[in-house]
Amino acid sequence: MLTYIIRRLIGAFAMLIVISMVTFGIFFVVPQWAGATPEAMASRYVGRAATPETVALIAERLGFNDPVAVQYGRFMKGVFAGAEYDYGAGVEQCPAPCFGYSFISGQPVWPELVNRMPVTFSLAIGAAVIWVLAGVSVGVLSALRRGSFFDRLSMGTALAGVSLPIFFTGMISLVVFSYGLGWTAPGGAYVPFTQNPALWAYDLLLPWITLAFLFAAGYARLTRAGMLETMGEDYIRTARAKGLREREVVVKHGLRAALTPILTLFGIDFGLLIGGAVLTETTYTLPGLGQYAILAIRNQDLPPVMGFVLVAATFVVIASLIVDMLYAVVDPRVRLS
Amino acid sequence: MSETELLLSVRNMEKHFPVTKGLLKRQVGAVKAVDGISFDVFKGETLGLVGESGCGKSTTGRLVTRLLEPTAGKVVFEGQDITHMSQGRLRPLRRDMQMIFQDPYSSLNPRHTVGAIVGAPFRIQGVKTEHGVKKAVQDILELVGLNPEHYNRYPHEFSGGQRQRIGIARTLALKPKLIIADEPVSALDVSIQAQVVNLLEDLQNELDLTYVVIAHDLSVVRHISDRVAVMYLGKIVEVADRKRLYNSPMHPYTNALLSAVPVPDPKVRKERERIRLAGDVPSPLNPPPACRFHTRCWKAQEICRTVEPPLEELASGHQVACHFPENAPEVAKETPEAT
Amino acid sequence: MSFLDVKDLKIHFPTDDGLVKSVDGLSFGVERGKTLGIVGESGSGKSVTSLGVLGLHKGGRAKLSGEIWLDGEELISASAEHVRGLRGKKMAMIFQDPLSSMHPFYTVGHQIIEAYRIHHKVTKQVARKHAIDMLGRVGIPEPARRVDSYPHEFSGGMRQRAMIAMALSCDPELLIADEPTTALDVTVQAQILDLMVDLQREFNSALIIITHDLGVVAQVSDDILVMYGGKCVEYGSADDIFYRPEHPYTWGLLGSMPRLDREPTERLLPIKGSPPSLINVPPGCAFHPRCPYAERTDGKADTEVPDLAETEGGHLVRCHMSRTERRTLWETEIKPVLETQ
Repeated sequence: MLTYIIRRLIGAFAMLIVISMVTFGIFFVVPQWAGATPEAMASRYVGRAATPETVALIAERLGFNDPVAVQYGRFMKGVFAGAEYDYGAGVEQCPAPCFGYSFISGQPVWPELVNRMPVTFSLAIGAAVIWVLAGVSVGVLSALRRGSFFDRLSMGTALAGVSLPIFFTGMISLVVFSYGLGWTAPGGAYVPFTQNPALWAYDLLLPWITLAFLFAAGYARLTRAGMLETMGEDYIRTARAKGLREREVVVKHGLRAALTPILTLFGIDFGLLIGGAVLTETTYTLPGLGQYAILAIRNQDLPPVMGFVLVAATFVVIASLIVDMLYAVVDPRVRLS
Repeated sequence: MSETELLLSVRNMEKHFPVTKGLLKRQVGAVKAVDGISFDVFKGETLGLVGESGCGKSTTGRLVTRLLEPTAGKVVFEGQDITHMSQGRLRPLRRDMQMIFQDPYSSLNPRHTVGAIVGAPFRIQGVKTEHGVKKAVQDILELVGLNPEHYNRYPHEFSGGQRQRIGIARTLALKPKLIIADEPVSALDVSIQAQVVNLLEDLQNELDLTYVVIAHDLSVVRHISDRVAVMYLGKIVEVADRKRLYNSPMHPYTNALLSAVPVPDPKVRKERERIRLAGDVPSPLNPPPACRFHTRCWKAQEICRTVEPPLEELASGHQVACHFPENAPEVAKETPEAT
Repeated sequence: MSFLDVKDLKIHFPTDDGLVKSVDGLSFGVERGKTLGIVGESGSGKSVTSLGVLGLHKGGRAKLSGEIWLDGEELISASAEHVRGLRGKKMAMIFQDPLSSMHPFYTVGHQIIEAYRIHHKVTKQVARKHAIDMLGRVGIPEPARRVDSYPHEFSGGMRQRAMIAMALSCDPELLIADEPTTALDVTVQAQILDLMVDLQREFNSALIIITHDLGVVAQVSDDILVMYGGKCVEYGSADDIFYRPEHPYTWGLLGSMPRLDREPTERLLPIKGSPPSLINVPPGCAFHPRCPYAERTDGKADTEVPDLAETEGGHLVRCHMSRTERRTLWETEIKPVLETQ
């Protein structure tokens, strides 16, 4: 088990290094290959009004004339050890992990990411709780009442949930529940949980449900299929032959086995979501990571995009690592050695 | 009789599947599925290969047909060494060497008609037929007792026994010389088993076939075989002609196996003296040293734990690998020249 | 009345293709300390029968009728909850494939403890001690250690022993074993059969063994029921079935199997055709399309279902041929061929 964890941790770290190289390549190297001169790169930092001399100086100071490997090394050193930037107007300290400065706001990227994480976490965790509970229970009920009106209705709804894009369901629900009925917050606001839990939940309720609807649909279908399969297994027959109550047969023996594939899917989905519920945050104008990324992309603001990609990738890798370990706990046949 | 003509000869054949472990995927051991076995198959005979799960009998079947490549040893088919022959060079030989599988359900492609399944070997091997492939296929269907008019039906339209007949028809298409049948009847109902066993025997007489029948069912193997080899944990422990093996088995394991088969006679259960082996077959990953049977053998002594008994001919055509064989002509063992 | 008395049991399943009569008017009984063997091929309805006795078809799609009396109590009309309370306690079952029949995620001990605690209000510690005790009794070495193993860590024979330990954990008075040794190796099969016979003697339970293997049946049964197409075609003592069988299907089964206790025959004597699918059981005598004597029934073979009639001392046969005709056939045509072998 321990060797397995060590091996997976090493693997995860190597994976992140590769991701960082690829992203660095895409954002800093490819433009230079494509003809962007060090000066063009530097001009983004100083604005278009600067004199060519200033631009050249900044390019030199930021190291755009250095070989790619040196530039990458400097970037990674920033991430792990922090960096110093010298714009000519004094040296600025950028403590680790340093992802550089936003071209637009001039602010360091990392504190901004940290500021926005609670919003995305709140959104993702809340939605995940809702969609797992709703999706799994609807799936189980559908499987147990296969072919019934409930089954057909819920599977029809699930199909809609999977196929409707989130900005569509998001907009519709905003129009109906916020502007029309006035039951939920109109979006755009975020109150930290530590300040006012009730308001926190009130503001996030609609985004949660919208996001959960999309995922719950898939989970309901997957749970239903898994339950139909496991409830036909021989060990279910054994459990019944022991005289176990049907509810326990379903929950302890059926659902336990049907949930393993769902666990895998959940790890991937949740990791991706932490990495940025981009569409939901944009639709409801929530100040989370996804929204930050969208703004940065729109402005060709490379350092924040770069920082965002690395943070998101880290979450995905960590989530899948945790899921793999949980898998061994759930299914003893999976030997972690 | 052409019985003495050698068709297949296997010498010291081994198949080890590596087992890896740890950070660097070091090889820490090997599943010794087949661990040095030798046997001959003569033209026109049926050799039965029996043993319990994990004894390597199915692996043996896949090795001699070269669906797997042996780790060591030698497989000679019709005088040609095929042990490490490339798939390309093997292809013409595949016509002469066919395999029948246990599961008639999964070994037939459900989306192909019977005609396509049985006719496939003709197309793959590019064989010219006198009156076209269809006629040839229908002839074979009739030969195995299927209605030739069912040429265009799909496997799911047939019962289990009929599907096994389709499987047999497919192997017969190119008039093979050797057929390896791996548990050909064990998935079938009792009354159907008998039909298929009879069919295999009829086809052997009619087409001059040679069989290697791999099975766990000792009664079926006795019925169908001329000679029988008993395997235990990757080794052959006893080979003899059918009569000798079943009437005067020498290896304790063979004795125990025969004694364990339930006999359909209520009186016998009270009378028969039975040998009961303790425990299950050990794992082939870590087989016991020396004689592999010593952990379950009631005759085992110190020598069985330290010295591996060689497979020796103790009576004419009767080979045994045991330090303390039963029913053995004692004199013969002491002085082999005496026979 | 026997300890278990099944009368005219019918288990029918409505499907899109029509009514599947898996069990169609079956009657049998078993006493405590006795063993009934139910023999049949695939689709004969033998496994459906066992699940039916356990009440596992209750509340499902199946249509049940008839009577199942267990120790003076009728189970078909009883509530599903009441039968559930008997299941595992008064009657228990062992299945064919011990690997797929145990939950892969729970330890063997957990599954035995669960079975025990459904019917006994005891603490986990007490139940665990009982589970270890049961594992020891079915011959599992080091039960105190193996109790925490998972099913996949056991060998095939050990798993079936654990299944038996689980089934016997509440001292059931009726034990049904559905193909208990089919998935096992020969030497292990012999161990398990011995174990079941020993435990039955110890617990004095009624035992039903369902199998396709006539050898297994001969070794353990007092009475034998031969099923074909959802019906009983022959019922009698083990001696009746093996020494004086009167139904052509039973003859066919005996002729189909190669035997180790006799010199091998030139040829086996199979039954022609295949077992019928239960969705489409032939009219009249279900066996008539495969029966070599179907012409001897004055045209009744495919129109009338023969009665299950007593020939002698509890030996029942469902056949249109007269008793003398069957006896003559057995003595002159069948027995000599089977025995010269």
